This record gives sequence, structure tokens and C-alpha cells, in this order.
Amino acid sequence: MADVLVVDDLDVTFSLHQSEVKAVSDLDFTLAEGETLAVVGESGSGKSQAFLAVLGLLARNGRATGRAMLGDKNLIGLSPGELDLYRGRDITMIFQDPMTSLNPTLKVKTQLSEVLVRHQGYTPEQAIRASIEMLERVGIPEPVKRANAYPHELSGGMRQRVMIAMALLCKPKVLIADEPTTALDVTVQAQMLELFKNLSNEFGTALVLITHDLGVVAGVADRMMVMYGGRCVEKGPTDTLFYDPRHPYTLGLLHSTPHVAKRGQRLDPIQGLPPSLEHLPQGCAFHPRCAFRFERCFAERPPLLPVEDVREKACWYQGELAYGEVA
Amino acid sequence: MLDKPVKAPAEDLIQVENLSKYFSISAGLFARPFQLKALQDITFTVKRGETLGIVGESGCGKSTLGRCILQLLSPDQGRVMWLGQDIAALPAEEMRKRRKDLQIIFQDPLASLNPRMTVGEIIADPLRSLMPELKARERRDRVIRIMEAVGLLPEMINRYPHEFSGGQAQRIGIARALITEPKLIVCDEPVSALDVSIQAQILNLLADLKDQFGLTLIFISHNLSVVRHVSDRIMVLYLGRIVELASGDDLYDEPRHPYTRALLSAVPIPDPKRARQRTIDGLVGEIPSPINPPSGCTFRTRCRYALPICAQQRPPLENTGVRMVACHRWQELDLKAGA
Repeated sequence: MADVLVVDDLDVTFSLHQSEVKAVSDLDFTLAEGETLAVVGESGSGKSQAFLAVLGLLARNGRATGRAMLGDKNLIGLSPGELDLYRGRDITMIFQDPMTSLNPTLKVKTQLSEVLVRHQGYTPEQAIRASIEMLERVGIPEPVKRANAYPHELSGGMRQRVMIAMALLCKPKVLIADEPTTALDVTVQAQMLELFKNLSNEFGTALVLITHDLGVVAGVADRMMVMYGGRCVEKGPTDTLFYDPRHPYTLGLLHSTPHVAKRGQRLDPIQGLPPSLEHLPQGCAFHPRCAFRFERCFAERPPLLPVEDVREKACWYQGELAYGEVA
Repeated sequence: MLDKPVKAPAEDLIQVENLSKYFSISAGLFARPFQLKALQDITFTVKRGETLGIVGESGCGKSTLGRCILQLLSPDQGRVMWLGQDIAALPAEEMRKRRKDLQIIFQDPLASLNPRMTVGEIIADPLRSLMPELKARERRDRVIRIMEAVGLLPEMINRYPHEFSGGQAQRIGIARALITEPKLIVCDEPVSALDVSIQAQILNLLADLKDQFGLTLIFISHNLSVVRHVSDRIMVLYLGRIVELASGDDLYDEPRHPYTRALLSAVPIPDPKRARQRTIDGLVGEIPSPINPPSGCTFRTRCRYALPICAQQRPPLENTGVRMVACHRWQELDLKAGA
């Protein structure tokens, strides 16, 4: 499969009053056509900022350097005007809270059809017809009625479907979903994840799923990238990382996740707190919380290196990862 | 305070009998207000020392139930018995004494802490009203003991909430709930706002504190993996009614209500091979409006097993010996576990 997005050496920096904070450092990854990549990490890991940077949506004090190649176009450093040629058409993003992402004063059909009029040169009538079709595709019952509704008249799951419909109208090459199901009930979440799977099969859209929920990742992602302190610490195929994690942080996340099949067992959480980006620890950023650290981890930052051709990891420790009683 | 509870045959700490709670929703100046039936005819008991999980989708009434048990909301019908006594009938002075036995932990840890009070003041606050006889010195000692128990450093006592992360703020919320040495704590989505690694720390902490202080917990969450992890028995609510109530094992291994089955089949499984293999029970549509619920069984509009009778008659909550279940077809359906 051809790569639709290639990100290389991406750095994201925010200027504060006195100092600068690096939210993302040296991030590299590729995204192939039709593939689903999960980006996993806790708050402050840089997972959202990396993708906001790709879309030119950083806050005003943020700055991105590096390359994000969408086909042969580098999106980093483009002006908003230039970006608008691609955003919403070839690459698009949906957010966690559909209520704050939809305009409360516009009818659903108005918001949906706008993107088609703008990017595809549809007439307003054509655009509304296409929008209603798309609402039906994403599983909204009575699409004509919903198209004439305002966002507040729809339930949370329905609004998220509207967001997805909007994102898919131009059949983008890349869809970035930032915690798209976190605010939803499990039954609706399951419907959404099914929808994502079907849509990427149908349109060949490559999907980036930013999440902290490993349960969601396991069900839909082909590959995953684990981030900590603004850097990728491990990436590879989903099964490889779940069944044979090699970075202590990946292992820790897996052990922190409650599993319905393992009732009553004590969880084995990672000790301590995620670091503040303003005061990242020296050496490996994870070392203060790591059960496998040794002297080298305090002083030197481990580079992200390939391991056994299937994955990359950034960790000095080469031994077996096992602690306590783990399944 | 650190005495282990005696493991006598567990008595009923709480009995909830036919509890209903309605809210009036204004429909405009001249229209008659709607009645939203948030809870209807809820009956169950909570045994001393157990953890009862309450699950359901948003709007099913799970938080309302927690608040009714604590008398933060007064039920419109039915009653809540605390050790055999009707709480609502207690004289004000008695109720004030009971309050220290009943505490709550909220979902959003930072929003539930007063930003202008120090950690020490926040944790000590319940003592001022509920145990005014304590001297300032005793209060402070107590605060420090509790801070240590929940994993906060005593030197943080003069700091303000904004200096803490979400996980630490939740520890403050837990310390505040524990300070009066309660017997029952209602945990209303206590880990939903936290990062995964912190979530696990807080769940372990709650388990430890439960043993250490002999607590009884009512654990409300929409996250079925978390509820399964902590609960002895689990209640499933749908549109304000109990649809199933059983031990964790019975409920997860052999659900009897189609809604329970559907919920379980939708729980994300952090295991790629199993996640790919299993089929998700396609629960159609979304939860109907509680203002105008369907006739008969309220779940029938989304139920793949619905029969004509389900629209005509509301299934009673039956006691099967091992569980309570409200479904006309519970005996004939073969609903295997989802996970």
C-alpha cells in the first residue's frame, strides 16, 4: 500500500512567558492507504499536539518544524490559505466533543454541505443531497429530518456521527480522530468503531485514532504508536505490541487496563505521575516511573531503534520484561 | 479506626424499597411541565462490606440513585433504610449524625474541590459540620493520618487544588470522603476523568482503603471493565429501572437480560485477537427519551428478542434465586457471555 502521509522529524514547541516547552520531539511515522494507526499515550504525551501541528491547528504560541508529507506536499509551514486547499478535502480531523466542534447556530445540513460547495464545486442543492446521503451512510435514522435539525437537538452519538459524516464527505485520504469515542456510552462507542472500520474499507481512508483506551485500539488498529513525554517510545503492529510489549511503558499501560475477564486481580499500575513537559526528566523521560531502569537511563536518552524488523523502541533495557505476577 | 471489621454474616446496611424519583421539566410558561421519571420502583439491598456496582448508559438514572441513597435528593416514593431505619424519617439532628456515615466521591476531581481552600481545609471541612466536637489539633492529626492513607504527602497540607494533577486531586476527594470514618461511600464515576495509569492507581487505592476501613462501596460507572474489576454484585439500570442484578461472575458469564448481554458485548477488550473474533451484539438505536418511555418493557425498542407481549406488559423484576431479572423471556433465551 502506498503511504499517504509521511511525517518526518516533527517538533512542536510552545513559547511561554519565560521559556519554551517542547510538546513533540523527533516524531517520525508513516501512514499507508486504508490503514488504521492508533496513537496511544496519557495526557501531555504530545499525541494530540502532533496531529494538530500536521493540520496547522496549533495554538498561537505553538510552532512546528519538520515535514508532514501529504503526497508530495509538505503541510508544515504552509499558510492557512494554502492549508485550506488540503484541510477538509484530503486530510481532516474530528474531535472528542462533537458539541463544541459543531456550530450551534447552523442547521446540520448547512454545516455539512459547506465543505462540498467549497472543495468540490457542488451547487448548494447538490451538496445538501450528498450530505443527506452521507448521513444515511453513517447510520443516522431519518436523515432528512436530522439534516434540518440543529446540533443541540441531537444526542451525543448522533452528533459524533454528524462529525464523521462531515469529515468523510470529501472522501479524504487521511482522517484523524482525536478520542472520538471517549465521551460516548459503550454501546454507541461500539457502533462508532464498527462504522470507522467499514468506512475505511469502503473509502480507503487511512485512519489515525488518538486514544488512551487500549480496548479501543485492540479492536480496530493495524499498527500502534505509543507516546510518552512528547516522543514515540514504541511502535509496531498492534498484535506485536499487545502480546509482546518491549517498552516498559507499553507494558505498564497494558497492566493498568482493567479487563473484564480478569476480575478482582490487583491492577499493576505504573507508579508515579506522567511528567510535566516543562520539567522533563534527564535521560529517558520515563525512568522515574520505570521498574527496569539502570544507570544509563538517568543520563542518556535512548534513541528509537528498530528491533527484530517489526517494531521500533526507545529503551536501553534489553532483557526480558516481566514483573510480579503478570498474565 | 484501623480495626478490621468482624466477618460476621453480612447484614443489610442499606435497603432501598420501591424508590422512585421524578423531575419536572418546564415546557414553557403556559404549558404543563413534563414529568421525567428518572427512577422507578427501585428495590435492592447493600450488604455491609460489599461493593455494589451500578452500570447503565447516560441518562439511565445511576447518579440520581446514588444521590437518593445519600438523601442529597429526596425520593418521590419509596424509602431508603439505613440499618433498618428510614433515613428520611430521621429527625434533623439524627440525620446530621448519620451524614458522617455516608459519603460520596465525585467524577471530576478538580471541579469538586473548592479552589480557594487549602488541601488541609478541604479534607477537614466535613469534620467542622459533622464532628464539631473535635479540637483543631485533633482535626489536623486526623487530616494528616488520612492524607498518608490515601498516598498524599503531609507537607502538601497547605497547598491549593490547582497545584495538583487529576489523580492527586482525586486522592484529595477520597481523603475528604474518608475523614469522617464513613461506613458507606458512593463513588460516582471516580476514575472516568483520569489517565489509564492513574486510574489503576486509584482503583487499587480504593480496594486497599475498603479493606483497611471496612467500607461498603456503591460504585457507579459507565465503564463495565472497571465495574467488573471492583464489584461483588452489579446492578444494570435501563431508563430508570433495574433490568438485572446479580453477582459479578453470574452477570458477566451468563447474562440473562438482553440489555446486559448487549452492554457486555460492546465492552472494548484490550486483546486484539479476541477483539477481532467476537461479534458485537448490534444494539440498534439509542436510549429512548425518559420523558416518554416505550410502553411495556422499556428496552423492547432496541431488543432483538422482543415479542408482542413486551409492548403490552412490563416484565416484573423476578427473583430467580441467583439473580433479579426483568424480562419476559429470561428463561428461554440463551444469551452467552459477550467477552
